[in-house]
Amino acid sequence: MHAHQHGLRLDSQGCLVYHRWVPRTILPEDLPDIARGCSVLGAGGGGEAYTATLKALQAIEDHGPLRLVDFDELPGDGIVMSCGLLGAPTVTIEKLGSGHEGLHLREEVERLFGSEVVALMCAEIGGSNGMEPFAWASRMGLPVLDADGMGRAFPEVQMITMELAGIPAGPAVVVDERGHRVVIREAHGKWAERLERAIAIAVGGIAASAEYTMTVEQARHSTVPGTVSLARRIGLAISRAESDPVAAVIETTGAGRLMRGKVVDVEQHFGDGFVRGLATIEGTGADAGRTMTIDIQNEYLVARLDGAVKATVPDIITLLDEQTGEAIHTERLKYGQRLVVIVIPCAPVWRSEIGLQTAGPKAFGHDLPYVPVEELVPGTGAWPGLDVGDASP
Amino acid sequence: MSELSAASAGAMAAPRRLDLRLGIDVGGTNTDAVVLDRSDALLAKAKVTTSADVSSGIEAAVDAVLADGAVDRARVGHVMLGTTHATNAILERRSLHRVGILRLGAPAALTIRPLLTWPQDLVEVVSGGVATVAGGIELDGREIVPLDTDAVRAFATSLQGAIDAIAITSVFAPVSPRHELAAAEVAQEALGEGVHVSMSHELGALGILERENSTVLNGALLGVARDVAGSLAESLARRGLDAALYFAQNDGTLMALEHAVRFPVLTIGSGPANSIRGAAYLTGREDGIVVDVGGTSTDIGVLVNGFPRESSQAVEIGGVRTNFRMPDIVSIAVGGGTIVRRGALGPDSVAWRIREEALAFGGSTPTLTDAALAAGRTAGIGSSTPGAVHAELLREGLAAADLAVADAIDRVKTSRAEAPLIAVGGGSVVLPETIPGASEIMRPDHHDVANAIGAAIAKVSGSAEEVVTFQQRGHAEAVQEISARAGAAAVAAGADPERVEVVDVEETPITYLMEPGARIRVKAAGPLVTS
Repeated sequence: MHAHQHGLRLDSQGCLVYHRWVPRTILPEDLPDIARGCSVLGAGGGGEAYTATLKALQAIEDHGPLRLVDFDELPGDGIVMSCGLLGAPTVTIEKLGSGHEGLHLREEVERLFGSEVVALMCAEIGGSNGMEPFAWASRMGLPVLDADGMGRAFPEVQMITMELAGIPAGPAVVVDERGHRVVIREAHGKWAERLERAIAIAVGGIAASAEYTMTVEQARHSTVPGTVSLARRIGLAISRAESDPVAAVIETTGAGRLMRGKVVDVEQHFGDGFVRGLATIEGTGADAGRTMTIDIQNEYLVARLDGAVKATVPDIITLLDEQTGEAIHTERLKYGQRLVVIVIPCAPVWRSEIGLQTAGPKAFGHDLPYVPVEELVPGTGAWPGLDVGDASP
Repeated sequence: MSELSAASAGAMAAPRRLDLRLGIDVGGTNTDAVVLDRSDALLAKAKVTTSADVSSGIEAAVDAVLADGAVDRARVGHVMLGTTHATNAILERRSLHRVGILRLGAPAALTIRPLLTWPQDLVEVVSGGVATVAGGIELDGREIVPLDTDAVRAFATSLQGAIDAIAITSVFAPVSPRHELAAAEVAQEALGEGVHVSMSHELGALGILERENSTVLNGALLGVARDVAGSLAESLARRGLDAALYFAQNDGTLMALEHAVRFPVLTIGSGPANSIRGAAYLTGREDGIVVDVGGTSTDIGVLVNGFPRESSQAVEIGGVRTNFRMPDIVSIAVGGGTIVRRGALGPDSVAWRIREEALAFGGSTPTLTDAALAAGRTAGIGSSTPGAVHAELLREGLAAADLAVADAIDRVKTSRAEAPLIAVGGGSVVLPETIPGASEIMRPDHHDVANAIGAAIAKVSGSAEEVVTFQQRGHAEAVQEISARAGAAAVAAGADPERVEVVDVEETPITYLMEPGARIRVKAAGPLVTS
C-alpha cells in the first residue's frame, strides 16, 4: 500500500527494486539537504540544525563518511542507542560539545545492558536533534540507523514512539561535556523528562542523553523507519527545485496545502521553559480574503482556517518560505513573512489511542478532537515515510 | 582635545571656533561629503565618484565640499567617516594581519574547530595558528573548567614573531569576560606589546562561532585600520583641518578614532545605517520607513526610535559568517536608471551612464527616470521629453516599479498599521505620490546626501549584554544594571555622559530552562562630547 512512498522503481534491467536513496553513506555534501529536511519535519520546533550540521561536517572530514543502515543490516540482538541533546538552544550555540558525549553514553549503555551498541539513532528527526548523533557515530565508527522515535519534533522526552510500544525509558543516561555521567535507573513517562531536564540544567543548560535503549529487533517494531532518508529526500526536493521549491516539498511529502499567505501578527509569550503563542496569517494570491491562525507551543500545534480547525498535532504543520521552500522555525516567525502553510500527515502510530494520549491536541492543553488531516484537507496523501513495523522483513 | 591644540598653536589670535562638522559616506557608486554647522544646518554638500582605492575618492569629496565658499575650513572640528576600507580588505584579502586564533573552550566547545567554514584562501592569509585550550564560562557565569594559563602561554610563545595579532574567544564571554581577560594578559606578556589582542566579549552577541569569526576578522583588520586612520588624519591635516576623526559603525553610531583602530570590524556596513539616520535627521522623525532610491537599486529599512532596525539574520562577510548587527534592509532592483522593457523591469540599470543613455538625455534606452518624467512625477531632468511611442511601455514600467516598492515596503513593516515613509536618494523622484501602507511620504531637502548627513549627525553608542535568570533578581533591576553598563560603554567611546540614553532593549527568552530567564541586550547612545 505504500509502494510509492517506499520508492519502488525499475532498474535498467526492468526489475523492480526497493530503494530509499543510494549510496547508503552520508557525505559532507548531503548534510545541508538533510538539515533542510529535518527543519521541514520539525513542525517549527527542534531548533535550527546549523551547529549540528557543522559538527557532522567536521567529524566526517576527520573520520570519513558516515554509514546509514537499515534494520536488516544489523544483528537483531544488537543494541540501538536512541540519543540526542536536551536543553536550551541558546546554550547549544555557545557550548558546542566535547565530541565525546556519544562515546560516554555508549560506554554507560553497554555497561547497563551488557551488550554492544551496533548503531545510534536520533531520538527526534525534527530540527537539530535529527543530526546531533551523526558526529558521535562518525567518531566511533558506528552507523546511524535510518529511523527515529518521532517522525517529527516534540518538546518532551516521553513523546516518543518507543513509549507507545512499552519500551521503558530507563535506564537512561545523561552526560555532559566534562565527562560527568548520570544514570537514571528507572524512570517512567514524564519522569524521564523531568529528571533529565533537571540534570541538563545542573550541568549548564545542555546535556546529551540516551533513553529507551532497545535491541534492533525491538526497534524494528517501535520506531519510525526511514526518516533520515525522508529528511534527505525533502531537502533534495528543496535544493534541486528549479522553479517552485514549495511545490517540490508538497510533491515529495504528499502534504496538504493549507494556505499561501503573509504573517500579519505573531504573539508569543514565555513561561515554564516553553514558548507559547499565536500566529495570524492573511491569505494572499488565490487565498486572499482568508485568515489562518496557528497555535504555537515550541512547535506549530493547531491550524485554523477562518475559524475552522484544519490540522492539529500530531500531524506536522510546517510553514515554508514562499520563495526558498525552507521551513520557518517558530522562533524566527515574524510579521511580513510570505509563506505557505502545509501539513504532512504524521507517522500512523501517533494516531493510535495511546499515540493521541501521549501527543495529541489534549496532551498540549487543546480541548479538540483529533481528526486526521486527510479528512480535513482534500488532496493530502499519506505519511511519506514508513510506519512502525513496516520495515519487518 | 582639538581645541586645546588650536589654542596653544594660536596664542596670539582670537580663540578659534571649531563648530563645523564634516560628514563623509563612501558608497558603491558615489562618495558624498557634507558640512554642517553647530545647529546641524547644512552649509555645503558634494558628490564625487567612489575611487577604487577609496581614500583618493574621500580626499576628492573633502576637497569638493571645502571648496564651497560657505565653509571656513579652520572651523571644522570633527570629521565623521563611513568607509568601505575594511570590507574591501576582507573581500580582496589585502593588507590583512596574520592572526593567532585561541579558543578558551575545552572541553565544552571542541566539536566545531575555529575557521571550519572559512574559505581556504582567507584561512591561508589570516591564520597564524589555531588552538583550543581548557576554559570557558557557563550561562550563569560560573566557570565550566578553570582556564589553562600554561596552555595559553605555550601557544602564545610558539607564535612569537609569526603573528601580528591574537584573537581570543571564550565560551559565554558575553556573560563574563574573565577568562578572555586573563588569557589576554598571559598572551600579551608572552608575545610582547607589538602584538595586538582582539577579544570576543568586546564584539558582543551570543553564538560562539560567529563571535569568534568577527574577533578573528577584527584582528586581521587592525593593520588596515591603523594605516587608514593614519593616512586620513595626515591628509586632513594637509588640508588645514584641525579635527578629531570619528568612524561610522554598522548600527548607525560613531566611534572615536582610538576606538576604531581597535575595532575596525565594526565599521563594516555603515552605509545603510547612515542613510536611515540621515533620513531621520532631515525629517525630524524617530520612527518610519526609509526608502533610499539610488541609480540601480532601492534599499528599504525601518527607523525605530531614531535608529535603524537590526536584522536577526547572520551576516556573511567575504564568505565568513559573523555576528554583525546590520540594519534590516530589503533591496530591490528599482532605481532611477533601471531599464524599462516590454513586459520586464530591469533588473539592469544604465547606472552612471544615465546622462548619455536615458531618453530624457537624448539617448535610446527607456529608464524609470524617463517613466517618472512622462508621468509628471518630476520635471527638469534632461533636455528632451520621452516621445508618445514609448508612453505605454513607460506607464507599464512605472506601474511595475510601484508594485515592487509597495511589496518591499510591506515586507519590512512590523505591523499592519500604516507608517510614515521617508524618501531619500537621487532616484527617489520615481516614487509615486501615495504608496499603499504609507500614511504619508516625506521628501526632505538634501535627501541626495542623506547618508553623509547621517554620518555627520550620528551619536556615539555602547552596548552590554547578559544572560539573566529572574529568580536571582527582578526583571527591572536586571535591565537597569545592564543599561548602566551600556551607558558606561558609550561614554568610554566618546559620548557626552550628561546626554547618554538607552536606545534599544532587546530581550530573548531562554526556553527549556526551569526558571524563567532571558538574554538581555541594551544599547545606549549619546551625542559626542564637544567642548
